[in-house]
Amino acid sequence: MIVLAAVAVLLPFAAAFIGMIFGPTISHLLTPLARRLRRSVPPGAANGRARTLARRLPANGPALVAVLPVAASTVLAAVVAVAQWQHPRPRTGTLTVVRTGGIPFGLSLEVDGTAAVVALLVCCVALAVQIYSVAYMRDDPRYSSYAAFVSLFTAAMLLVVLSGDLLALYVGWEVMGVCSYFLIGHYWHDRATSRAAVKAFLVTRLGDVGFLFGIFVLGLAAHSFEIGTVLGRVPSMSHTTLVAGTLLLLCGLAGKSAQFPLHTWLPDAMAGPTPVSALIHAATMVAAGVYVVARLYPAFLFAPAALAVLGVMAAISMLGAALAALAQDDLKRVLAYSTISQLAYMGGGLAVGTRDGALFHLLAHGAFKALLFLGAGCVIVAVGSNMLSAMGGLRHTMPVTFWSMTVGFAALAGVPPASGFFSKDTILSQAWHATRPEHTQAWFASTPLNSGVQRLTVSVPSVPTWTAWLVLAAGLLTAAVTAAYATRTWLVAFFGERRSATGAGEATGLMRWPVAVLAVPALVIGFLGLGSDELRPELGMTLVSLLFVVAGAGAVFLVWNRDPALDPVRLLGPARPFLRDGFRLDAVYDVLVVRPLVALAEMVVHTDERAVDAAVVGTGRGTRRLGGLLRRTENGNPQTYISGVLAGVVLIVLAVVVLT
Amino acid sequence: MHLVYPVVIAAVLFSVGVYGVLARRNAILVLMSVELMLNAVNLNLVVFDMRWADRLHGGQVLTLFVIVLAAAEVGLGLALVLLIYRNRQTVDVDRLRTLHEDREEGARQ
Repeated sequence: MIVLAAVAVLLPFAAAFIGMIFGPTISHLLTPLARRLRRSVPPGAANGRARTLARRLPANGPALVAVLPVAASTVLAAVVAVAQWQHPRPRTGTLTVVRTGGIPFGLSLEVDGTAAVVALLVCCVALAVQIYSVAYMRDDPRYSSYAAFVSLFTAAMLLVVLSGDLLALYVGWEVMGVCSYFLIGHYWHDRATSRAAVKAFLVTRLGDVGFLFGIFVLGLAAHSFEIGTVLGRVPSMSHTTLVAGTLLLLCGLAGKSAQFPLHTWLPDAMAGPTPVSALIHAATMVAAGVYVVARLYPAFLFAPAALAVLGVMAAISMLGAALAALAQDDLKRVLAYSTISQLAYMGGGLAVGTRDGALFHLLAHGAFKALLFLGAGCVIVAVGSNMLSAMGGLRHTMPVTFWSMTVGFAALAGVPPASGFFSKDTILSQAWHATRPEHTQAWFASTPLNSGVQRLTVSVPSVPTWTAWLVLAAGLLTAAVTAAYATRTWLVAFFGERRSATGAGEATGLMRWPVAVLAVPALVIGFLGLGSDELRPELGMTLVSLLFVVAGAGAVFLVWNRDPALDPVRLLGPARPFLRDGFRLDAVYDVLVVRPLVALAEMVVHTDERAVDAAVVGTGRGTRRLGGLLRRTENGNPQTYISGVLAGVVLIVLAVVVLT
Repeated sequence: MHLVYPVVIAAVLFSVGVYGVLARRNAILVLMSVELMLNAVNLNLVVFDMRWADRLHGGQVLTLFVIVLAAAEVGLGLALVLLIYRNRQTVDVDRLRTLHEDREEGARQ
């Protein structure tokens, strides 16, 4: 079983290298084959589609290398998930243990229920993105490297999900960081894009430093980097160690999952190709932060201070990002801010103690956000612009995309049958439970913490009540705002009058089908939670949150209905530009961080030029001047030279005589 | 015979040679002055060979070497002087200054 998981990780990894190096070569090799295939298809109008398929598909080497391994990985991940479902027990496998002189670390995989399900989600989304990209990036000259990086990205995320060792996990974590840099900066010739890529890289790196040190703190305290062992030794660690370690890990979560202080890279990352946004936002990168915290959750349970910090971070990100999403003009930026907001729901779920609820929302969000982004890609290709002001009335011309994205928006807003409704209400219900501490205590005590190796049934300190209240209040308000912006985007993009002059038609099949297929999990994944007590929505909280959703969506609908030609967000008035710029946080960071750093860098450069360089150059110049003095004596007359030699000899002899 | 006489004569000869090398302008006279110095050395070698009287007579042997060397050196030197004269119509050492340092270029670097 573990071998299958390992192969699932290695396949996209190999595909990345093969695609990068041999992709175009494979195209060349396949071209004659494709020609023969085309000839074998009998001519005729009925076979037009088959001939198109025969002409396009087999000759595209990079696409084959990109899609087939991920498809195989998806199958393997599905097999692993099914096996895990039938016989739920953690399975581990170690390739080798690397002796470092200090604490050894192992190249090992560990599959448990959550890991198997998340791995399956990653593979499915990656497969959808790869298939979609074949059409979306068809005319891109660097499609080969693009597809390779997407494969590498997938492999890295699978490594993060399945790794049984903290350091191996960190390797995947960092590879994802660098892949996101390359993919966001795919259109690097555009200045804004390359800046966005650098920003994403640097901001996530800031969090990664904390993450690495968090790993060190936990690993050194446990004398092992193996996740199962670390979690098993959590109860024996000192409280200070745990709080320090988990807070440092939270830095990594804030960076990768784009939570409040470090979230600013995510909206800018929209500069990359749309399928990459889908990949980053749905299944990889941003999910990694939440997933790792969920993986190491026992450590967090024993450090309620870290959970309180996570709760505050999540509450701020949740509401702030939702408000910012409301005011955006760019379809992709709306989705980007909604990602921050939805990830904050997961963070809030973790903060109030519902690990399964957070992971449930992670799965649901992965499905519907991939759907929304890929659908947005179809819309953007059809309209030729990212701007919502250029869209409108698309429901007639793009029916498949319209209905799929309707499901996606319903899931995002939390409208009942869709997945987001169930997962969001789980988190809100659990937050409500967590506001009553005696209940929390009992729940924690009765829940055996799945530590991988041994099962802990230790009573742990409870999450502070105020954190739960904060998460609950922010969650309910955000539900209203989320419904508002989802409705607004949906109405402005698909209803009203057509605003773009170009003939917006439905996207090609390769782009349309992944979107349509993703609509199925986005719709039904919520029902999977009905089997578990913890994940079943509760009536009271459901009604309250539905009230908020209806209020948010209804308000926007009423405003829009008054004049469908205008954007309902106009009511925000002067606050709109402020919200659109994400609370001007970029400007604040510019003043607080960027400018002082740039000033410091300039000072260093100045010192380097004026002090260090000047000393070196000055030495050279001085030596040359001294040499110029000596050069005067070189007049070309050998007799003078010899006179000098003689004088020197006499002086030396005199000196020797006098001094001895 | 006292050792002082030949040594003083050798010193005087050498000094005359040094003076000639440093002060004469005519290249041929400079060469001759070099010969004077060499012969001063030869005189010393012979005198001290007599004084120490070792079995192999190293001083005298070395003197023969120096004479041969001096002959070769004069041959080469005179050839150079002749060539210089043929090219420049002068053997004045003071005016042969092609090896001097170019001050302008040095300042520019």
